[in-house]
Amino acid sequence: MNFNAYLKENIVYLDGGTGTLLQERGLRPGEHPERWNLTHPDTIAEIHRAYFDAGSNVVCTNTFGANSLKFPPDELEEIIRAALSNAKAAREQSAAPQEKFIALDIGPSGKLLKPLGDLDFEAAVEVFKATVSLGVKYGADLIYIETMSDSYETKAALLAAKECSDLPVIVSCAYGEDGKLMTGASPAAMVALLEGMGVAALGVNCSLGPQQLRPIVRELLRYASVPVIFKPNAGLPESVNGKTVFDVTPEEYSDIAAKLIVEGVRLVGGCCGTTPEYIRAVCEKAKQIAPSAVAQKDFTMVSSYTHAVVFGEQPVLIGERINPTGKKRFKQALIENDTDYILSEGVAQQEKGVDILDVNVGLPEIDETSVLQNAVQSLQAVVDLPLQIDTSDIAAMEAALRIYNGKAMINSVNGKQESMRAVFPLMKKYGGVAVALTLDENGIPETAQGRVEIAKRILTAAAQYGIDKKDIVFDPLALTVSADAAAAKVTLEAVRRIRGELGAHTSLGISNVSFGLPARSPVNSTFFALALENGLSAAIMNPYAGDMMKTYYAYKVLKGLDKNCEAYIAAARSFTEAVSAPQQSRDDNATQDGSALQRAIVKGRKEKAAALTKERLTASDPLRIVNSEIIPALNTVGVGFENKTVFLPQLLISAEAAKSAFEVIKTALASSGTRADKGVFVIATVQGDIHDIGKNIVKLLLQNYGFHVVDLGKDVPPETIVETVKELHAPLAGLSALMTTTVPAMEETIRQLRRGAPWCKIVVGGAVLTQEYADAIGADKYAKDAMETVRYAEQIMGK
Amino acid sequence: MVLIKTYDTPPFDEREVFRYAGGRGDDSVRELFESCKAEIAQSLSYKVCYLPLSVRTEGDFCDFGAFGVRSANLAHNLEGCAQAVVFAATVGVGMDRLIAKYSVLSPAKALLLDAIGTERIETLCDLFCDDIAREYRRSAKPRFSPGYGDLDLSFQKELFSVLNCRKHIGLSISDSLMMSPSKSVTAIMGLSESECLKPSRKCEACGNTECAFRSAV
Repeated sequence: MNFNAYLKENIVYLDGGTGTLLQERGLRPGEHPERWNLTHPDTIAEIHRAYFDAGSNVVCTNTFGANSLKFPPDELEEIIRAALSNAKAAREQSAAPQEKFIALDIGPSGKLLKPLGDLDFEAAVEVFKATVSLGVKYGADLIYIETMSDSYETKAALLAAKECSDLPVIVSCAYGEDGKLMTGASPAAMVALLEGMGVAALGVNCSLGPQQLRPIVRELLRYASVPVIFKPNAGLPESVNGKTVFDVTPEEYSDIAAKLIVEGVRLVGGCCGTTPEYIRAVCEKAKQIAPSAVAQKDFTMVSSYTHAVVFGEQPVLIGERINPTGKKRFKQALIENDTDYILSEGVAQQEKGVDILDVNVGLPEIDETSVLQNAVQSLQAVVDLPLQIDTSDIAAMEAALRIYNGKAMINSVNGKQESMRAVFPLMKKYGGVAVALTLDENGIPETAQGRVEIAKRILTAAAQYGIDKKDIVFDPLALTVSADAAAAKVTLEAVRRIRGELGAHTSLGISNVSFGLPARSPVNSTFFALALENGLSAAIMNPYAGDMMKTYYAYKVLKGLDKNCEAYIAAARSFTEAVSAPQQSRDDNATQDGSALQRAIVKGRKEKAAALTKERLTASDPLRIVNSEIIPALNTVGVGFENKTVFLPQLLISAEAAKSAFEVIKTALASSGTRADKGVFVIATVQGDIHDIGKNIVKLLLQNYGFHVVDLGKDVPPETIVETVKELHAPLAGLSALMTTTVPAMEETIRQLRRGAPWCKIVVGGAVLTQEYADAIGADKYAKDAMETVRYAEQIMGK
Repeated sequence: MVLIKTYDTPPFDEREVFRYAGGRGDDSVRELFESCKAEIAQSLSYKVCYLPLSVRTEGDFCDFGAFGVRSANLAHNLEGCAQAVVFAATVGVGMDRLIAKYSVLSPAKALLLDAIGTERIETLCDLFCDDIAREYRRSAKPRFSPGYGDLDLSFQKELFSVLNCRKHIGLSISDSLMMSPSKSVTAIMGLSESECLKPSRKCEACGNTECAFRSAV
């Protein structure tokens, strides 16, 4: 019988701990247990056999850390071959009557993925692929990815398993006491990610004892439509008289396991500290219990690397601001690869209260695939909201879905055959919830009936790809009422019927409805309220539009979705602040003459500096404001820093205020098509170095002094730096390194820069650097802090 | 067998935070510090994994049984100790995420968060070392990390494999020997039968007298 068929009808007993048993048999701290497959094959087979004898259906090969990062290729193959052969020998030797399967065991790679660590996502996929391919070659029955504590690495391993085999894949993760993975994912987020990618089962293992893992398992059972795995430790290890003991006995352990089987758990085993005795006790207690059917849950969920957003509980707000359409400043940022601008749009929308961020970077002048991938990766380093990948370029969509950490929203698919043929296979492979527009080859139907018909056809087509209704959110299209008086009514009816008759969720781009009208805001917010009342689940909208947000909070209060009206009361504060703030800044300005802006910068008042700059712009030339106000203010603080009367935190607080003033200037310049840069400064943290706080400080100050800073980020290969300097013919490059181990990478970068871009001056800095070091590696300048870098840049590029 | 300890939020040492940030706590900085404190409350976890070992020194060779290392400074540090604890401590990825976020939005806040992170991990190590000394009824030597004195930084790799840090506390190491999460410490702490003198345990064990953060005491 194959594993999937067996799992469908039965409770599956997994094996218990291996590490603890190996330590008892002489494995030393720091020794690789995987090598024991080769050096102690009998011991390994004996442990496997003991589990089969105790009643395990599945034994995991001793390959937890068997990957290409730890072992050279030949040894890796030998280890995996021997591991499977040991497990097979145990299966042959065991006389126990139950069905027996061998799982290729895959643990974490041992490295943390970018952006937190240094392992690239695709490199991680390759690492896991090598292990999976060998497991398939030597005859595993299934793949068990376990003890994963990072959602991103879990996705890499799962993707590798899917791309290199047709075997069933089961996945369990190690949750902490806070109920989350080490990198932050909640159980619901993991269900969304793993189910979306088609696992045969999912669950928990390791990290905690059975009692502590109980609430997490319950959370998984609540959301999962696939069987759930329970494989905890035998409690927590304690040191008693120098010996390590686990605090849960087989009796207690099997009691809890049996109760959870009754609640719906379908695969049970043990992790650290458990022995065949534990498994035997579990099998004994559970044999009276009939396996419960796995219920199909109807949750429409998208997820980020921390949490899931569930449709239908509350109206879901999808922020639409990351989109260049009609925004000159945004277009400029995209063309200049100014990721920070996109990131601040993302964070600002999160602060306004959106649940999901739409990400659209489509511009004819750029390579959308790489820019979208970069935007998704950068956003996921700083914003924990789920993203909606918004593109009509299928290659870009796939690239973004592939590296997305979680289950993404996809914008969009529609009723055209071509669209469904392109999008549905991507959803099947990477998971995702698609926004489906109710239009097809014949355009947008004028009637609600026509749109519902298309929705039905889309569902039928999706089902053929194995995609469930819950993973489709329909957008029945808000058309403009100024062109057709019935437009809004038709859309509202379609929303109501799709929710009521088809049971699917809906989303709308609200503001289209008022196109062409003056004073659009009341029309939009009223339409939003009407749509919500007709069953709308989500809206793609502008969270800065105050009326829309007011409607959103008011609706929640009126529908009993806002306990004690807390969210409304909190939001109400911003309703009133927004009105009074400009008034106040005008007053300040009037009383403090021309130096108010300078004072705001020196004092580090960000909002005030921006507001005052905006006012100055009505009467003054942008460049004059920079030269006569912003730069002098910065100099006051900068000189103070150099004289040690101002300290670094204060310097930065002022610099940020100056930056917010600059942002206002930049927006003004972008709309007039001019720019004012003193020159290009390429800056990077060198390869191998993953800390960039110092580099970011230098960047901020350089920007303040009017340099066009091209920030290549951290862990940057020398080639990339040389290429960029050449391409922009940059007169100056700044390199940063934090540790002695990465100074050689800095030296190599300098060597390559000298060869490829001999005109470029190089300034270096960072915690470990000294003048002597800088001289030894051939830099032009060692700057001890950010101000010194600014002074040097001014000297090189002329004031 | 590697053991694990987790801690609740230890009290903050403000002076240390401002020292690491390279400044003084004037009003605007203090305001920022308070907002950082509120923000990290839910984001940090305080975890240590450790392994008690017997230790023997012979010249500059320190023998921990399962592994050993040559370092005259460490051997000197472990003088009079028959036991030692190797440990790895971290405050988790939440701190790195916040620092990354504010590196984009507010470098001033990022700087302060970075300083808080350093203070947090040092405070956690102090707490842990005091605990262990109490549990083992020994006097604790100043903790000694790879990179101190003549103990090569590459010794990190050995400690990582002995402690299996990734599995126990989610700590990993890059090819260039950087730890992720970054606010983490690995160290060896000798346990001595006799009373140790520790006038300024923070920086005393380290030979780098040029360090910008060396404490004044």
